[in-house]
Amino acid sequence: MKDEVTREERIDNLKGMGCSRKRVEDARFTQGKGNYVDDIKLDGMLFGDFVRTPYAHARIVSINTEEAMKVPGVLAVLTAADLEPLGLHWMPTLAGDKQMVLADGKVLFQGQEVAFVVAEDRYAAADGIELVEVEYEELPVIVDPFEALQSDVVLREDLVGDGGTLPDGAHGPRKHHNHIFTWEAGDKDPTAEVIAEADVVAEESMYYHRTHPCPLETCGCVASMDKVNGKLTLWGTFQAPHAIRTVVSLISGIEEHNIRVISPDIGGGFGNKVGAYPGYVCSVVASIVTGKPVKWIEDRMDNLMTTAFARDYHMTGKIAATKEGKITALQCHVTADHGGFDACADPTKFPAGFMNICTGSYDIPTAYLEVDGVYTNKAPGGVSYRCSFRVTEAVYFIERMIEVLAIELNMDAAELRRINFIKKEQFPYKAALGWEYDSGDYHTAWDKALKAVDYDGLRAEQAQRVADFKAGKTRSLMGIGLSFFTEIVGAGPVKNCDILGLGMFDSCEIRIHPTGSAIARLGTISQGQGHATTFAQILASEIGLPADSITIEEGDTDTAPYGLGTYGSRSTPVAGAATAMAGRKIRAKAQMIAAYLLEVHDNDVEFDVDRFVVKGAPEQFKTMKEIAFAAYNQAIPGIEPGLEAVSYYDPPNMTYPFGAYVCVMDIDVDTGVPDIRRFYALDDCGTRINPMIIEGQVHGGLTEALAVSLGQEIAYDDMGNVKTGTLMDFFLPTAWEVPNYETDHTVTPSPHHPIGAKGVGESPHVGGVPCFSNAVQDAFRPFGNRHTNMPHDHWRIWKTAHDLGLHD
Amino acid sequence: MIPAAFAYYRPTDMAGVISLLQEHGDDARVMAGGHSLIPMMKLRMADVPHLIDLQAVGGLSGIAIGSGGIRIGAMVTQSEIIADDALSTAAPILREAALQIADPQVRNMGTVGGNVANGDPGNDMPGLMQCLDATFSLIGPDGVRDVPARDFYEAAYMTARGDEEVLTAVTIPLPAGGYAYEKQKRKIGDYATAAAAVQIVKDGDICTAASIAMTNLSDTPIFSEAAGAALIGTSVDDAALQAATDAMQGDIDPSEDNRGPVAFKKHVAGVILRRAIARAWSRA
Ligand SMILES: Cc1cc2nc3c(=O)[nH]c(=O)nc-3n(C[C@H](O)[C@H](O)[C@H](O)COP(=O)(O)OP(=O)(O)OC[C@H]3O[C@@H](n4cnc5c(N)ncnc54)[C@H](O)[C@@H]3O)c2cc1C
Repeated sequence: MKDEVTREERIDNLKGMGCSRKRVEDARFTQGKGNYVDDIKLDGMLFGDFVRTPYAHARIVSINTEEAMKVPGVLAVLTAADLEPLGLHWMPTLAGDKQMVLADGKVLFQGQEVAFVVAEDRYAAADGIELVEVEYEELPVIVDPFEALQSDVVLREDLVGDGGTLPDGAHGPRKHHNHIFTWEAGDKDPTAEVIAEADVVAEESMYYHRTHPCPLETCGCVASMDKVNGKLTLWGTFQAPHAIRTVVSLISGIEEHNIRVISPDIGGGFGNKVGAYPGYVCSVVASIVTGKPVKWIEDRMDNLMTTAFARDYHMTGKIAATKEGKITALQCHVTADHGGFDACADPTKFPAGFMNICTGSYDIPTAYLEVDGVYTNKAPGGVSYRCSFRVTEAVYFIERMIEVLAIELNMDAAELRRINFIKKEQFPYKAALGWEYDSGDYHTAWDKALKAVDYDGLRAEQAQRVADFKAGKTRSLMGIGLSFFTEIVGAGPVKNCDILGLGMFDSCEIRIHPTGSAIARLGTISQGQGHATTFAQILASEIGLPADSITIEEGDTDTAPYGLGTYGSRSTPVAGAATAMAGRKIRAKAQMIAAYLLEVHDNDVEFDVDRFVVKGAPEQFKTMKEIAFAAYNQAIPGIEPGLEAVSYYDPPNMTYPFGAYVCVMDIDVDTGVPDIRRFYALDDCGTRINPMIIEGQVHGGLTEALAVSLGQEIAYDDMGNVKTGTLMDFFLPTAWEVPNYETDHTVTPSPHHPIGAKGVGESPHVGGVPCFSNAVQDAFRPFGNRHTNMPHDHWRIWKTAHDLGLHD
Repeated sequence: MIPAAFAYYRPTDMAGVISLLQEHGDDARVMAGGHSLIPMMKLRMADVPHLIDLQAVGGLSGIAIGSGGIRIGAMVTQSEIIADDALSTAAPILREAALQIADPQVRNMGTVGGNVANGDPGNDMPGLMQCLDATFSLIGPDGVRDVPARDFYEAAYMTARGDEEVLTAVTIPLPAGGYAYEKQKRKIGDYATAAAAVQIVKDGDICTAASIAMTNLSDTPIFSEAAGAALIGTSVDDAALQAATDAMQGDIDPSEDNRGPVAFKKHVAGVILRRAIARAWSRA
């Protein structure tokens, strides 16, 4: 090869790490050529759908399917009685609890699955559903977890032993028949002592409301049992296809090699598609029974009302500090509403996820956290929603407590943060609640953010606005929302992270083709994050072949190596690391081949962008393309033919991305309408693989954060009816409601990650929610506001103003 | 979200429509843009065994502006309202209101006739038409009749229209003076938390005529004659604004929903009305 291109050009040609390479997925998606579950159409495919209960708590007196079976096209109606002989009327949840697949004697939340109607098409199924007659006997409904812990009403009779005894749950002893677990971290008594003796203590209770990830594509699957070869193929909206395969094998008894799980294109997941749903089980059973493929696809209401919700945390905190504002202790208690079944998707040892990251970005010497999980008559779930396992709750908690402490101390909240940040030289930092933060440089990020927005100028403007308001010159207030967050992502080290016993490593397998292109398969699955783009970039930099020559494939358990899937921003920290490590194995073998071809010793060649060169003689080289060809086609003594590698990566630690956000908001005091004037987001996700994709992830996450903080909720009335079951009432922002985001970054690479990357998908949601919320609360701080609960929709903002006497 | 089975008809003239309505009675409904009706059918809140599409029926389209007033065919879409320059000059409040309905996709399908015939208190055009003192033309087996918009609405989804009647056109006297359509909503595509339609005439510094109607603050639109009267003869000063707001708040009867409780809605209705009056007055 003639070497007329410069080294810079060679680097550019790779489109490796650091390059804003255009997303290779987009050509497909923007032309309507994606292939989602509902696009799958098989010969003779049937359609299944659910009869769902309108009652939140009721006994099932009888189910009559006779009329439904008369509907032309309806083939079967499955009830719990049909599943029981197979042992499939209940299924295990990822949280160690079990959940009814179809109502077994009673229902525990509105929308719970009662019967599964199987028909020739979805229209016949819908008509069949109307005609299934279910007789219910209503039971008292409990939608408040505090009431649940006092009530005589037993929600889960299956978890009460003879004579009313309470057997231990999956996470230890239970205090009450509606109690699920108590989980603790930190030092209880020492924390209480520090608080008792502190100069200043701020106390606050807050409710992080129930909401829902609401992916654009709802959940669904197609199950196809081939009775001839005994193979079950299951296509579905799975964020963790291998885990689903293992779970299906365990509960169905079908050997794992006879199950193939495929996640095709997925239209957003955000945690909603991690768990296993009754629809999957019923589709599999229906396919086995009928011998035909069976499709199940939720509609929007099904998705909002019954699949995994997020949050629903009632949090009470105490934060202690010296007069100067140095924090000395933090205490947090959570009452966690898990709904009718405990179907969280947290690592086994963490029933409250990583809530114990709630000391945040601050050097807090003593802390204690206690979480009580509770059953209520609401839908099960409790997933992350673009947040690694309750990190959003934790960050919201600490970022609100900091603001409340600032009020207590009569201090500026930015300054209070600054004097309490963990210092750069303290990393790796062992936090009071157990985690070891790998790296960070918080002061630099904070100063950069405050400077970028002219923080002092904003405060001066705000003071003027308050004066004008008091003088009757304006009816608009200005809020400055601050948030500094530390994420904990990349679950996780197998020694302490597993789900249902499955270790949370991840994997990558690479095959280099003789002509110098490649395919890499991973155990993760993209749902819009752009894996096919970014993972190719990691490999391009590691193995010196252009990203455009590397195919990334995920989601087919017959071909991809085992992995735990994509959620909790784990793909880059875990599978990204596996990719780099597998690439390095390729490179190691390539080095030997290059040395042979160049007739020098292995140690006399070194890697340079896209080739190995003889040290000191760069004009003597072999490109990776040449090496690939030789690997397959030239007999090399002592070296096997081929160029392939596989890596299973068990991360030594989590990664800890962080960021500094500022929101400037104007609030119409009379109508409660907020107007986001400015939003600045600085993210430090370590090494940046594709800046454009990072920015896209930040925009998306911030928009979700805006939704959650300003209106998005799953609200129930006292009877357990979902009040926000359609997109008319469940707030999904459109381009109209979304401000222009300003993004920025610092780079603090992870010291233990092969390429120093930390993950970014969830940061903007995690950091954004408290930022928007703090902006609203800050606007009212000069008038005596301490805390009001989200979502800050118009009427709640109006109420804050009203309660502060601002309408008088 | 799949509707129950229904038969679909696409008659090409009004006689065909009426005879289908007569034949199927309660079991038949006409469909215009379908953007209120179809969602209700999908939720199985409306059961319509016989669906009669009006798209191919002649005589229901077009906007005509004459000296006596404006005639808008029932099948004129909200987008057509927005795009019609002559209409925007003659009655600019129509465009201002239409732009605040839903989103462009919905407005491309949704019609004026469907919006006013629907009877949903959330629809914006009923209040608007009451403010403008519009008249609705209905045709049925017994012939043609006109009903003033201000007498048309009885309760949620209950109107003066008989089951076998079809709304053919809306006629509006040429509006005079300043105008404003002010709407508070939670997001694009949302119905009003509170909305006010105001048309106001100024002579020198004095208000000589004012018409005010409110949306989504009762189970019907509310034409508040008293609110308008409170402005007439005044210079629309603070006291007059307060009197108009008080009068309006006496006429509305909002109920609590996800948008908020009653006290909030009443308060916001007052704020929205004040702003609408101020804007209309500044344009008068
Ligand atoms: C997402 C979304 C947001 C929306 N937001 C708003 C909003 O903010 N404000 C607003 O005002 N509307 C809103 N709408 C409703 C929209 O404007 C509808 O299009 C309108 O209400 C009905 O018009 P249509 O032509 O679609 O009527 P259809 O849906 O076809 O009919 C509605 C009803 O009127 C009857 N009907 C229709 N035409 C006639 C006729 N000529 N004679 C007799 N009866 C008739 C039908 O039988 C039916 O009962 C929204 C709709 C959607 C889907």
